[in-house]
Amino acid sequence: MHVRFIVSMAALCTLMFATVVCAAAPIKIGALFAVTGPAAFLGEPERNSAKMVVDEINAAGGIKGRKIELVIYDTAGDATKAVQLATKLIKDDKVVAIIGPSTTGESMAVIPVAEKEQIPLISCSAGIKITDPLKKWIFKTAQNDTLAVGKIFEQLQKQKLTKVSILTVSDGFGASGREQLKAQAAAFGISIVSDDTYSPKDTDMTAQLTKIRGIKPDVIICWGTNPGPAVIAKNAKQLGLKIPLYMSHGVSSKKFIDLAGDAAEGIRLPSGKVLVADVLPTSDPQKKTLMAFVKDYQKHYKAEGDHFGGHAWDAVMLLKGTFELGADTPAAIRDQLEKTKQFHGIGGTFTYSSLDHAGLGKEAFVLVEVKNKDWVIVK
Amino acid sequence: MQFDQLLQYVLSGLSTGAIYALIGIGFSIIYNATGIINFAQGEFVMLGGMLTLLFLDSCKLPLWAAIPCAIAVSTASGMLFERLAIRPLRQPTPINLVIITIGGSILIRGLSMLLWGKDTHAIPPFSGEEPIAVGGATILPQHIWILGITLLIIAANKFYFYHTISGKAMRACAYNRRAAGLVGIDVRRMVLFSFIISSAMGSVAGIIVAPLTMTAYDVGVMLGLKGFCAAIIGGMSSGGATVVGGLILGILESLGAGLISSGYKDAIAFIILLLILFIRPQGLFGKAQSERV
Repeated sequence: MHVRFIVSMAALCTLMFATVVCAAAPIKIGALFAVTGPAAFLGEPERNSAKMVVDEINAAGGIKGRKIELVIYDTAGDATKAVQLATKLIKDDKVVAIIGPSTTGESMAVIPVAEKEQIPLISCSAGIKITDPLKKWIFKTAQNDTLAVGKIFEQLQKQKLTKVSILTVSDGFGASGREQLKAQAAAFGISIVSDDTYSPKDTDMTAQLTKIRGIKPDVIICWGTNPGPAVIAKNAKQLGLKIPLYMSHGVSSKKFIDLAGDAAEGIRLPSGKVLVADVLPTSDPQKKTLMAFVKDYQKHYKAEGDHFGGHAWDAVMLLKGTFELGADTPAAIRDQLEKTKQFHGIGGTFTYSSLDHAGLGKEAFVLVEVKNKDWVIVK
Repeated sequence: MQFDQLLQYVLSGLSTGAIYALIGIGFSIIYNATGIINFAQGEFVMLGGMLTLLFLDSCKLPLWAAIPCAIAVSTASGMLFERLAIRPLRQPTPINLVIITIGGSILIRGLSMLLWGKDTHAIPPFSGEEPIAVGGATILPQHIWILGITLLIIAANKFYFYHTISGKAMRACAYNRRAAGLVGIDVRRMVLFSFIISSAMGSVAGIIVAPLTMTAYDVGVMLGLKGFCAAIIGGMSSGGATVVGGLILGILESLGAGLISSGYKDAIAFIILLLILFIRPQGLFGKAQSERV
């Protein structure tokens, strides 16, 4: 009887001790994603990926016994709402770091808030303005447009193609691409021989392509997100254009091949590596992470993991890296983030420094070509 | 400027214009029967495409069977729209009705978004994708389908309005609603008919363009507005004038994009719309007091 009492007391003590450990305050991080609205194609996979990876970290026991608590708000792609929600995350939820927002417009709106409140923010949007000029508390995981443009021009330079016609969509994404294409052309010995646009809802681009055909460029580069580029691919096939067609990373998903059908064959574009994870050489340092991410996402959401989700995945993992090194206050997290070196994520291999908060190089992109309704890497 | 380039602009313009014409006629039929502009017309165009996709993918029907089903369902929704939103109105002033149609279009678009998501979808072409050379220009088999079906529908339309009793009755309503009622025409039934015809035509337009332009829950907005422009150029006639209006609009857009700047493509359509409304509100071909059917 006596022995049993001691044993049960001991058991009780262990149990209490265990609860105390479990109850160690979780690390609270906030996330702002455009889960609904026009940018939902970004926000939805981002939310899914962030949730997935946080759940996994917690299921594995958290970080040094502390769980991560993820507070996600939907901005609906609205910059005003994003600012309100960012304030709410900081003041009410008292998060130590923020992931997101999904679009460049929202990110630019939220940046002053994060800077003022001194909370590290890892944006998931691509605009170069976010981290250039450098801001103390702002980082990002999405690849810059500059890198994608550079990747295409590098290939053209290799093939000695110099005359380029550009056809860009008249929205933020297209305008940013157009700016970069024009700005970087000279450095690669490339001249832009024609500059046309189309609006996001246009249904026929044969007029623009006919004009381009008359100019006879070496290459056409089209910068847009679905469905415009798919229409352009179809129109180009209809006109029997023999000029090589390059697209932007804005259409680097299977959806583009579905929409353009046969017309997609032979089209080249720069893409994040997640798209071609299975055909990457095993020597690629990202391959293991990428394969795991794709498989995991497939298991949880019955859909193909894309690089948009990858941006959120990278952001969570970068934060996890700082937590593992003991950082749990905004200032410590920021300092630790800046010291991140050679982190092999989904978007690329990140190395932040006090001069670079974007962290990626040109090798974050690979040039892919559509062949037999699938992607192959252009050597 | 080479000839084949010009020919390509004109041919591309004609095929886009044919669609604008088809949608434009839908606008004018309802306008003539009821005196309202049905801003939900574009949504029936969207429904045509999206429902075809639904029957193709979810019900695994072949294309030839999916199309009539899609037309039937969108026509039924046009009927329902008239019954539930237009008819119950006690004091139907034009402004009330116009606002109701705008509300209806937002509702239809929202429901479609919930039902089918925000993705863009492709529909297979009716007969292959091999380009056909015409002079120095090229068109797709689908363009021939578009032009052919548009012509057929316009001919059928003409026959209905001039050679059938109910068509003549609808024209009577357009001339003078009150008088038509007095001679025993059921005006309310004619209004219902006008919604049936124009939603069916809208959905056909949506189906025949979908293989070229692809379809999504929000394609109806722009196509609807362009169709409205075509109807305005044609002076809201449900015959040849709107067709010519649509074709002119298509060709001007395509020439504008090719010769001036592609950035102004949509601006061209709306500048024409404003000019017509300012200078010739009766339409390009109408006399000041013209017959409106």
